[in-house]
Amino acid sequence: MVAPSGSALLPPPEPVQLIDPQGARAPEARAAGHAVPDAATLLAAHRALVRGRRFDRQATALVKQGRLAVYPSAHGQEAAEVGAVLALRATDWLFPTYRDSVALVTRGIDPVEVLTLLRGDWHCGYDPIAHRTGPQCTPLATQAPHAVGVAYAARARGEDTVVLAFLGDGATSEGDFHEAMNFAAVFQAPVVFFVQNNRYAISVPLARQTAAPSLAHKAVGYGVPGIGVDGNDVAAVLAVVGAAAERARTGGGPTLVEAHTYRMDAHTNADDASRYRSDEEVAAWRDRDPLDRITAHLRGAGLLDAALEAEIAAQAEADAADLRERLPAGPVPGGDELFAHVYASPTPQLRDQAERLRAEQAADELEDAR
Amino acid sequence: MSSVTVAQAINTALADALAEDPSVVVFGEDVGALGGVFRITDGLTGAYGEDRCFDTPLAESGIVGVAVGMAMNGLRPVVEMQFDAFAYPAFEQIASHVAKMRNRTRGAVTLPMVIRIPYAGGIGGVEHHCDSSESYYAHTPGLTVVTPATAEDAYSLLREAIASPDPVIFLEPKRLYWSRAEATLPAKTEPFGRAAVRRAGRDATLVAYGPSVPVAMQAAEAAVAEGWDLEVVDLRTLVPLDDATVMASVAKTGRAVVVAEAQGFASVASEVAARIAEQCFHVLEAPVRRVTGLDIPYPPPKLEHHHLPNVDRVLDAVATLQWEDA
Ligand SMILES: Cc1ncc(C[n+]2csc(CCOP(=O)(O)OP(=O)(O)O)c2C)c(N)n1
Ligand SMILES: [Mg+2]
Repeated sequence: MVAPSGSALLPPPEPVQLIDPQGARAPEARAAGHAVPDAATLLAAHRALVRGRRFDRQATALVKQGRLAVYPSAHGQEAAEVGAVLALRATDWLFPTYRDSVALVTRGIDPVEVLTLLRGDWHCGYDPIAHRTGPQCTPLATQAPHAVGVAYAARARGEDTVVLAFLGDGATSEGDFHEAMNFAAVFQAPVVFFVQNNRYAISVPLARQTAAPSLAHKAVGYGVPGIGVDGNDVAAVLAVVGAAAERARTGGGPTLVEAHTYRMDAHTNADDASRYRSDEEVAAWRDRDPLDRITAHLRGAGLLDAALEAEIAAQAEADAADLRERLPAGPVPGGDELFAHVYASPTPQLRDQAERLRAEQAADELEDAR
Repeated sequence: MSSVTVAQAINTALADALAEDPSVVVFGEDVGALGGVFRITDGLTGAYGEDRCFDTPLAESGIVGVAVGMAMNGLRPVVEMQFDAFAYPAFEQIASHVAKMRNRTRGAVTLPMVIRIPYAGGIGGVEHHCDSSESYYAHTPGLTVVTPATAEDAYSLLREAIASPDPVIFLEPKRLYWSRAEATLPAKTEPFGRAAVRRAGRDATLVAYGPSVPVAMQAAEAAVAEGWDLEVVDLRTLVPLDDATVMASVAKTGRAVVVAEAQGFASVASEVAARIAEQCFHVLEAPVRRVTGLDIPYPPPKLEHHHLPNVDRVLDAVATLQWEDA
């Protein structure tokens, strides 16, 4: 396979769109050669979107009730999260950020385990190896080189695994984004760099992150193809990420996908978005809602009727009820856990400290018993 | 037995690990065709192929970050940082991921990887080539920090590091690379977490590690003329730290001087001195002393002799250990 070069690396003039905000087929020019996925794929994506949104709304409510310490919502970005995950195989790897809980739920990770981090019980609640999903990463862009390493190792073993790294627009300014892109390109590692450009890094708008024509353009400097996609069009995300994954799987190397989207909620519950963006701006994006779009499209195509919608909604409600019920049940780890996983076997100094903490707790319990 | 340099011992350890374990990969800047700026990886690409020992882009954070991913997925990366101060771009990966991944995932993800770093001075190197950076790593829970002072330890500790289920910061005292000793390779010395008594003595204990071990040994020999019989303890691994051997020695001698090239403020030497004070207070004949580098940025080559601990400074410190009361 001949690697694309020069102008072939440039993103299409406009982000790829297959279904317009009203649910109709987008003009052929916007497709850039991509086809709308088949009905079964679209229906699966729609269901995942409904469930992902319900999960996100539930998590936001749990913060308000004081049952989660914090939740960075993906509301508005669900099509990007769902489309990126469903475009991959279960044997492919994901490297998500704090933003990407909806992606993890879509992958099939127990929502209770997804929320362990945000509940404050431990730093990661799921088994990354079992789910082929890295721990949700907080230091921006630092997960990107991990994705390259996992991809490299898989290919060295002759596997056709693909690795997708999630990133935000702000994270593309970090050094590790650059280093990971460059490494992946030089080693032709099977990685999809999936940037959700939601236009803000907390309060800082995109214009303060980059002077590049688009984030997808950044790929060209590494010899990597870059492509923009309407991140609120789940069909387009599925098609574009699917094509990038296929390229990677068959030895074509990495791709940078920039999904244009918008975070409808504040950065986290602790943020006040009204300080840096206008109501009009938010309202304009509400008209481009990703769930409304695919719902309208499927209804128009006769693929979604009231009965099916009701069944999906009921499933999402059942998910939420199950989450509410099980969430507090997760046992808070005991003090011994603090020392158990620092090394394969604790150092003598850690054993001493564990012993002292146990003694302290025993003394406290005795005190309480009196 | 034959005469072996520390550099040869490390090279042989890498070669033997590559030969024995197909999951071991060696990479970094100039480690391929050139064999590394110190020639530590000399011949490895030729013998084991470009898939096993290879050059990367100039990107220290990327090198360590990619190694994290490889270690997550079945490989055992052994990466080289070209010099101590050029490992700093990788510090975020080291502190936030290398050190924390096992703990973050409660043991689900382990990172068997080694970061080799030529460190410390004494070779007339210019700025950024002589830093003693061990305290940054030793201060970071989750890292194992190793620093050999002999050829046999260099071999054995590196093999143990590569076989370890946990990430190891392997600090190579670059001024000892060319020091020779009679050694038999492959060597098997004491495991991580055991200090070695390099010289037995009754009157005071010198605790040293890495580049300062020869300084302590020379000081102990020179002390004979002063009538002092000094014991020298080589820590070998800074994490885990062998309190037991250090304390047993100080319990015997009643006096201690910690010798380390790094700047002394908030250092490994300070930690060792504090632990001796806490654990041996009742047997100490004198306050614990430290002989360390100055609290300055590493000096230019023509001034480095002002900075480095030497025999005279060690003996001066030993002289203050309240001998009149003995
Ligand atoms: C290295 C680093 N610097 C700063 C932060 C604090 N921080 C957390 S999220 C964030 C904004 C990131 O924006 P972006 O990459 O666009 O992702 P988004 O939150 O919009 O999904 C910042 C500055 C961090 N987590 N890591
Ligand atoms: Mg953003």
